[in-house]
Amino acid sequence: MKFDIIGKRYWFFLLSTILLIPGLISIAVQGFNLGIDFTGGTLLDLKFARPVSVSEVREALKEHQLEHSTIQLAVSDQVEVSQNVFIRTPELSDNTRRVVLSDMEKKLGAFDTLRSEKVGAVIGSELTKNAVIAVVVSWLLMIVYISYRFELKFAVSGIIAIAHDIVLVLGVFSLFHKEIDASFVAAILTIAGYSINDTIVIFDRIRENLKTHKKTESFTELVNRSIWQTMTRSIYTVLTVVVATASLYFFGGETTKNFSLALLIGFISGAYSSVFNASPIWVTWKEYEERRKIALKTSGSK
Amino acid sequence: MRWGNLTKFLAVVFVVLVASGYYMLPLATSIKQGLDLQGGTHVVLEAVDTPEAKVDEDAVQRVVKIIEKRVNEIGLTEPIIQRQGERRIIVELPGIKEPEKAIEMLGKTALLEFQDESGTTVMTGKDLKDAKAEIGQNKNNVVALEFSEDGTKIFADLTTKNVGKHISILLDKKVLTNPVVNEPIPSGKAIITGSKTIEEAQNLAILLRSGSLPVKVDVMEMRTVGPTLGQDSKDKSKVAFAIGIGAITVFMLVFYRLSGFVATVALIIYVMLLLFGLKMLNATLTLPGIAGVILSIGMAVDANVLIFERFKEEYHAGKTLRAAMDAGFSRAFATILDSHLTSLISAIVLFFLGAAPIKGFAITLGLGIVLSLFTAITITKLLLRMLMHANVFKNGKIFGA
Repeated sequence: MKFDIIGKRYWFFLLSTILLIPGLISIAVQGFNLGIDFTGGTLLDLKFARPVSVSEVREALKEHQLEHSTIQLAVSDQVEVSQNVFIRTPELSDNTRRVVLSDMEKKLGAFDTLRSEKVGAVIGSELTKNAVIAVVVSWLLMIVYISYRFELKFAVSGIIAIAHDIVLVLGVFSLFHKEIDASFVAAILTIAGYSINDTIVIFDRIRENLKTHKKTESFTELVNRSIWQTMTRSIYTVLTVVVATASLYFFGGETTKNFSLALLIGFISGAYSSVFNASPIWVTWKEYEERRKIALKTSGSK
Repeated sequence: MRWGNLTKFLAVVFVVLVASGYYMLPLATSIKQGLDLQGGTHVVLEAVDTPEAKVDEDAVQRVVKIIEKRVNEIGLTEPIIQRQGERRIIVELPGIKEPEKAIEMLGKTALLEFQDESGTTVMTGKDLKDAKAEIGQNKNNVVALEFSEDGTKIFADLTTKNVGKHISILLDKKVLTNPVVNEPIPSGKAIITGSKTIEEAQNLAILLRSGSLPVKVDVMEMRTVGPTLGQDSKDKSKVAFAIGIGAITVFMLVFYRLSGFVATVALIIYVMLLLFGLKMLNATLTLPGIAGVILSIGMAVDANVLIFERFKEEYHAGKTLRAAMDAGFSRAFATILDSHLTSLISAIVLFFLGAAPIKGFAITLGLGIVLSLFTAITITKLLLRMLMHANVFKNGKIFGA
């Protein structure tokens, strides 16, 4: 007998909740490290000819009342000095930016501008609005499609599993203060797409097995059977996407690090939630409905 | 007969491998690269109202014209200037050397000057009220100028003193046109002849009007990626891509053997089709776009895994190789269709609602999903059929069962 996933479902619901709690607390307490894509502001990614320290850069920025900017040394936080410096300030006018840059060149020596970005506050709030709209619209459309192909209960169970994955990724990003930018939105939507994709494969098997379903077999047994029939595929598939994403994370450029990290967590969570959350939720709902039907019948016969 | 099928199979594999050897790299490198990969500057400008004037369609058109002119003067290859919404203009400048200068130049208000032959500036854009392209009396194309009240006086004086001489009209210190004064013009209305086509006249008129542009242009968003970082991202993505693909290939071969080999060949065809499709759509490959490619490859592999797992089940249930493979395909089809279509929904939503970099991701993902659906259920099937009909390999193990 294979491991009884559905029978132990309440333990998995508990596990999922426990996994989500630290992130949820972090979101409530310290919120997100929103990048300039959302908040508006200026970002400078500079590569100096000689290694510089954070305090040197801060000192140089002081004159322009920018000493409270976020200053990070790239590569890792362990080092005292680095050639790569990452500065995030409130939105600077083009003129101010030029003045600040030329002043820094005077004080800290020559540098190469790897990246320089400025996002106006209006653009930032538009992005936030569009991101929320995109998520809501894509979820509604998915619910419609799954309800049409399967049933509403499947759609809702699947969406709850997606919500789990997204909250988990958001929680991790909040907990570790990872920056959230425009591409993070793309990552979140991809995770949603992948998670539902993964869930659908199992649902599809349940739907198929329901057709030849014998009355002697309970929903728990049927879903357990379906999950195990698709288990090899679930594992292989998550392995391939994880390998592809992990190679992007480890070997890809600095600019895609956060993006691939979000995907990596999301894919693993998506594979987990499809097996341990989505289908179990469906079973719980289905059994609840069955019990109510029986209760109605018996109360009706009285 | 059965050897014929095997020969056909081997021929297809050979052709695919040779074709990919020849075309893969040229295809991949000829796709337009986003600014994040090749380095460059992306600027979003917005026309804003000033006390003197409200932004309208004409004003934005004039702003676009003047930006086009300025960008062309820097002599960049393939700049993109496009309208976005009512008031915004997106300017993309690939591989730019001095982004700061370019941005300064883009946001600058246009300066229109009228100079006499000695090079003294006599009038500026604020003295000009309007400039329109018209068909003149002799059916020639002319630009009709109309001056403001003050402008009329200065222009009357200027033309009186300079009959037979040239007046230069300069925009941003560059000569736009250099007409000869035929007679004194006291009315404040003048025409400039000499435009060959009506389009040329219209163009000149718009440029002249942009010099009297009272609206302001703000830089809303500016992103510059230096060539070093762009190159670095490109190189690293290539490595990540190669490792990802390599790992997937090894994985498929180990777990599904001959079927895995077929899947890998199908995957190569898939990647070629994807590159070809991106080229046809004239898509721009950005970093998120590369991520989209990697993901869609994951989905293409998933489709094959679904089929092979179904095949395994059917084979273990006692079906013949061929029957099991056919059943595997038909059973997996509904699942593949449902899973692909749900992902396609989010790709489509992203395309319509996402910002520019997300759009690039949505295009590659969407195209990838459609192609994955196609290759998994046609090409893999076709190749496997040939192999099975060849009847050379009779043990299910060799197909990964």
